[in-house]
Amino acid sequence: MKKLSSISLAAVLAVLAAPAFADELNVVCSNEQDWCDLMASNFEAATGIDVAMVRKSTGETLAQVRAEAGNPKIDVWWGGTGDPHLIAAAEDLTEASGADTSALLPWAVNIAEISSGKTIGIHAGALGIAYNADVLAEKGLKAPACWKDLADPAYKGEIQVANPNSSGTAYTELATLTQLFGEDEAFKLLAEIGANVNQYTKSGSAPSKAAARGETTISIGFMHDMVNLRKSGFPLEIVAPCEGTGYEVGGVSVIKGAKNPDAAKKWVDFVLTAEAQQAGLQVGVYNVPSNSGATLDPDSPDLSSIKLIDYDFATYGASDTRERLLARWDAEVKGAGGAVEE
Amino acid sequence: MKRTAGLWLLIGLAGYALLPWYMVSGGVFSLGWVVDMTGKGAAPAFWQVVTQGKWWLAGPLPAFAAVALVQGFARGQLTAARALVGAAAAGLGLLVAQGLLIPGSAARFGWIAGEGQPGMGAGAAITALALLLILTTGISGLGRGRGDAFVTGLIGLIVALVAIFVFYPVAHVLIRAFELKGGAGYGVSEFLGRFFSANLWGLGCLAGGECGPAVNSLVLGVMTGAGTTALGLAFALIFTRTGFRAKPVLRVLTIIPIITPPFVIGLALILLFGRAGTVTEFFADTFGWEKTRWLYGFGGIYLAQMLSFTPIAFLVLIGVVEGVSPSMEEASQTLDADRWQTFRHVSLPLMRPGLANAFLLGFIESLADFGNPLVLGGNFNVLSTEIYFAIVGAVADPAKAAILSIALLVMTLGAFLVQRRWVGRKSYATVTGKADSGRHAALNPALRWACYLTALPWAAFTAAIYSMIAFGSFVKLWGYDHSFTLEHYIRAFSVSFANGIRFTGSAWDSYFTTLTIAGISAPLTAFVGLATAYLLVRQKFAGKEAFEFSTMLSFAIPGTVIGVAYVMAFNFPPIELTGTSVILIIVFVFRNMPVGVRGGIAAMSQLDRSLDEASIMLGANSFTTARRVIAPLLGPAILAALTYSFVRAITSVSAVIFLVSARHNMATSFIVGRVENGEFGFAIAYSAVLILTMLAAILILQLLIGKRRLRRADRVEA
Repeated sequence: MKKLSSISLAAVLAVLAAPAFADELNVVCSNEQDWCDLMASNFEAATGIDVAMVRKSTGETLAQVRAEAGNPKIDVWWGGTGDPHLIAAAEDLTEASGADTSALLPWAVNIAEISSGKTIGIHAGALGIAYNADVLAEKGLKAPACWKDLADPAYKGEIQVANPNSSGTAYTELATLTQLFGEDEAFKLLAEIGANVNQYTKSGSAPSKAAARGETTISIGFMHDMVNLRKSGFPLEIVAPCEGTGYEVGGVSVIKGAKNPDAAKKWVDFVLTAEAQQAGLQVGVYNVPSNSGATLDPDSPDLSSIKLIDYDFATYGASDTRERLLARWDAEVKGAGGAVEE
Repeated sequence: MKRTAGLWLLIGLAGYALLPWYMVSGGVFSLGWVVDMTGKGAAPAFWQVVTQGKWWLAGPLPAFAAVALVQGFARGQLTAARALVGAAAAGLGLLVAQGLLIPGSAARFGWIAGEGQPGMGAGAAITALALLLILTTGISGLGRGRGDAFVTGLIGLIVALVAIFVFYPVAHVLIRAFELKGGAGYGVSEFLGRFFSANLWGLGCLAGGECGPAVNSLVLGVMTGAGTTALGLAFALIFTRTGFRAKPVLRVLTIIPIITPPFVIGLALILLFGRAGTVTEFFADTFGWEKTRWLYGFGGIYLAQMLSFTPIAFLVLIGVVEGVSPSMEEASQTLDADRWQTFRHVSLPLMRPGLANAFLLGFIESLADFGNPLVLGGNFNVLSTEIYFAIVGAVADPAKAAILSIALLVMTLGAFLVQRRWVGRKSYATVTGKADSGRHAALNPALRWACYLTALPWAAFTAAIYSMIAFGSFVKLWGYDHSFTLEHYIRAFSVSFANGIRFTGSAWDSYFTTLTIAGISAPLTAFVGLATAYLLVRQKFAGKEAFEFSTMLSFAIPGTVIGVAYVMAFNFPPIELTGTSVILIIVFVFRNMPVGVRGGIAAMSQLDRSLDEASIMLGANSFTTARRVIAPLLGPAILAALTYSFVRAITSVSAVIFLVSARHNMATSFIVGRVENGEFGFAIAYSAVLILTMLAAILILQLLIGKRRLRRADRVEA
């Protein structure tokens, strides 16, 4: 009995090594790891505030912020695609930081206005098409240049794209085509493209990775992901669709009820400055920074040379539009042939 | 009984009057609270009641008083025991009730206006533990558990732990399955419709369409369970019943797949068998075969799961196959059975508990597996990935996640009941303490060759996969640019020697955290798991089957659900653990303990009860018997439990994604982030270092625990 007592006592004591409540800033970063680390150390150097940072994808962060609502362990959420940030704002999980947006580009301010200042745009990335040049040549196919080219039956079984039910990237594609061609026309086109799709992946970045390795020939995704893969040495060619394309805006949000609200606001102010944003070039960040004063990498997709649509975040970010479009996608696109394993 | 109860009374009083009741900043070991004993936050419960009027904390006080009275005045064993049970149960009930009624900043149901309280701390935990053990001591005094306070105490402790760390959080998630749309409360009307929908259970694939994820999961689970059990058995037979020469090499190959971080196996398979894979290219070039994407779908997932989970079946089976008594086999042969008949009618039936438990583990692992279907799933949907994206996908649907989890649990419960029926009530005791010659019957040639022909190619396949992985960490861009580089290792694990040793590589932080947490949780897991197995096999008590199934629960639910459940349950008082390393340790202990339980049950059913009885007759109590007789005979089971829990704590990913925090990041979530970013070389280099670390740890464990000695020579009949 004594043995059991001492063992259980020790277990209980171990369990009681209670959490730390030190003064610091807790950041969840949904950007690339290197970019997260660099921004954290730059912020520490500039403000002297101790940053504790962990990297999680946007979907995971949103799930965690929801579960922790009321007693959050995170102060500020930086990076990742804007939709989850907008959802968090709509669900009242984040609060306005009151940061100055006067130096920012219009699309970044737009996001802030939609969410009444709860999330602010930090970078943008355009949607594009990529193809593996080696495989394309081997199969004797011609390179696609427009969205409509993808409906060509010659590409049967060669295209990979994510499932919009699980991936924000694919939802952006769905919303982009809807805005470009009108809803009925867009679903017709999606069904035609769908007949060529070999797999609807769960994750939005998976198709481009598969294209990089030649597991598929053509992928649809965000251009900055494609640039990244191309820079690491894969034979990936990137296409900005001729009809024009949509884009995502990454956000930064202060979590409602944050334990360190002042430090969180300083973080928001800091990541919106031109100096902080252009530091991303050192670690290969190829999306477009939101501060108009930040310099661009020559390799990054220049938004001014791409035909961008006037993406309506307010309408297509709203959950009723989303549910309606996804239901229609399930009904008209998912079952429309395709998804074939050669 | 009185002495034990008295001891716990003292400990409980100390916890109540000396230790801070609530969580204190900096942790109880920082001792900062000592100077602030009567202050607002850090005061022990006694002072909170006296000086701050928190009368609801007074619950345990009358209970302690009653226990003290019993100690002093009660006459007669039975009266005293009854009084102890009553007093302790009441005290415990009041303690739990106040915690649940006044969580966080405000009391529930507007009960006490304006009052809230922080999470419970050391004082509360010690007080609750003392009350619990006084309660179980009282129960033993009533004659339950053969009047053994150790047995009732152990049952009480494990039941309490499972209730707090499995039921409490899981209930938080599952209740959402019954949520009505638009926040209209709870009900079964929507649940039934969604649960029995064709989207979930559809059989369209028989007609050339798509099957529901539940059906896919079920088929995959049964196939993986059966396949891993068969392969595991083949390996175990080679080890124990043949004179195969390269056993040590084989041993490493059987262990390695479980110590591989997620995604790595899937990635290696893509590089071999994907449309642009090495093997595919080879066949396309030589035989002109069409390059296909067959890997993406059932075939790929099945292959990856077979690779990943065969070692678990092997770990469970090796101890059982070894334990089958040679005497029985000899008797069979003396009665003129040939080797095949002996194996078929004597050895194999005696291995049933092992086979059943190996199958159950393989089945459940396959259902809950998330990494392999994510990488190789193609359009083959399974429950675990559906659940993950119901939680983190573009449209979050917690109700769907909960419903799918229930479907998963129903399958687990089904498999559990089937395996119980199959094992039945027969005795499988073959380690009896009686002497036997120690020569295992050899396999008949046909069976031996069957084992060789299934296991050895598989081992070669494993070796090929792992050479690929090792290769991947030394080249610039795996699959494309194969020029040699050490860059990945340098980025991850560089060390600077200027001004003493500084670990400058970016992987070190998560590496040390991971090893520490795995090192703490592994022995706890093994202890809780084997103690549970001991209770299940050796003790009789009411509700045993429900208890057994409840221990499987946290294992059967996919990690994502467990992770979210833990955040929902432990982010708020009365128990607030998020953001700490403790929550990681706890989630590993309760998620991995079923392997300890299953392995322990399989091994313990072989030990003849006469061994325990002999020990008890010689005057030892249950604790001494468990420690001195049973534990030493459980060597392989202990090793399996320790190995598995250590390794799983390092390699599990889905459960920890929501629980890691900036101060306590784990290796796998770090690696997954790198994979998402396309840095395969870096991810694989880190994985390779982890694999070597784990391999070293396992070898050290093997040396420390040693082989159990069954007084049988380890040899096979010539």
